[in-house]
Amino acid sequence: MSEPALSAVLRPLDLLGEWAISLAASLGRFGTFLSAALAAMVTPPLKFWAFVDRINFIGFRSLLIILLTGGFTGMVLGLQIFFTLSRFGSEAFLGPAVALSLIRELGPVLAALMVTGRAGSALTAELGIMRITEQIDALEVMALSPMRYLVAPSIFAGIITFPLMTAMFDVIGIFGGYLVGVELLGLSPGTYFGEMQTFVDFGDISLGFWKSIAFGVIVTWVCTYKGFHVGHGAEGVARATTQAVVLSSVLILVWDYFIGSVW
Amino acid sequence: MIKIEGLRKSFGAQPVLRGLDLEIPTGSITVIIGRSGGGKSVFLKHLIGLLRPDGGRVLLDGQEITRLSGKALDAIRRRYGVVFQGGALFDSMRCGDNVAFPLREKVKLPKAEITKRVESALAQVGLEGVSQKYPAEVSGGMRKRVAIARALVTEPEIVFFDEPTRGSTRSS
Repeated sequence: MSEPALSAVLRPLDLLGEWAISLAASLGRFGTFLSAALAAMVTPPLKFWAFVDRINFIGFRSLLIILLTGGFTGMVLGLQIFFTLSRFGSEAFLGPAVALSLIRELGPVLAALMVTGRAGSALTAELGIMRITEQIDALEVMALSPMRYLVAPSIFAGIITFPLMTAMFDVIGIFGGYLVGVELLGLSPGTYFGEMQTFVDFGDISLGFWKSIAFGVIVTWVCTYKGFHVGHGAEGVARATTQAVVLSSVLILVWDYFIGSVW
Repeated sequence: MIKIEGLRKSFGAQPVLRGLDLEIPTGSITVIIGRSGGGKSVFLKHLIGLLRPDGGRVLLDGQEITRLSGKALDAIRRRYGVVFQGGALFDSMRCGDNVAFPLREKVKLPKAEITKRVESALAQVGLEGVSQKYPAEVSGGMRKRVAIARALVTEPEIVFFDEPTRGSTRSS
């Protein structure tokens, strides 16, 4: 075979190799970034006020969207599950059906997706702007670790706030289901909550809890990483923000399936 | 003394530094002038350890700093004050807090002493009374002067300025 023909045959393999090396390098950087952040989290000094600020930024400022989406998700579940169960004469199971759907799946996943859209994107944009305006470089040349000041507080805040927001999402969602099932469609309140206590056990709550912690780490990790490694200018920040939201959302759904299937 | 030996840096196929040699004696003021895009900021970033060269080395008092990382590099950086091209002020903090930041985080002085040193540093650059303003509320030239105050407030051994007069008027 002539040299140009051989080159044409090998070119796709060459490109595949380049892509594989680039993917491995990116995954390596992604993993190293998390290890550095975790190391900054467990070694003193903890930047307490930066952590409190991140709790406010990620958690408190997301409360309204969490309460709104939680309430309406519960109401939709109440409505749809009531009509489905009424076909089998099993309306009494509305309470546990709403509660299990929310606690095991919808609460952690939807709360995480909502926080990704509200706080995760803002986190990436904020860090991205700090990167392109050399504020992160300024921290480094002051011999202060950006990991300790910017990333570790965000990941720590994600671990604390995501379970709390998921719990609020679940509770408000259960009351949303109550509003529709009991107040609008006439189910007895005792049946709604009584059956729920019978069917929902600690394992269900525990599953939702661990999922929310995992999502808290995923969202803050991805969003801070993307902000930290932003490209040039406003376009770079915009691209990083989009990538952070898309990647976080996909990882939330993939990880949700993974935890759900092994639990 | 800062000694630079054969410093080389490329970004992709674009060479920026091509074997740069330079000696900056202790106690001197050295100015580097060049056309825009000529690699002055890239060179500065090698001196402060933000970029690693493709070849060559930077020595500070005989110690090679181009291969340092972690705590060893931090120890070198504690001797530095740096004024970035755009100021690089933390936009979530007021100007006074920006100047106080290295004192609070690196030097750990009493609050009253920090306030005194911040006011003095701001006065030195002619910016009394701006400590309560955010960087976005002052002009580009004032931001640059706040950045100079921040770089000088810890009384560093070596100060690097990246285009210190950019955005400044003749009077400032």
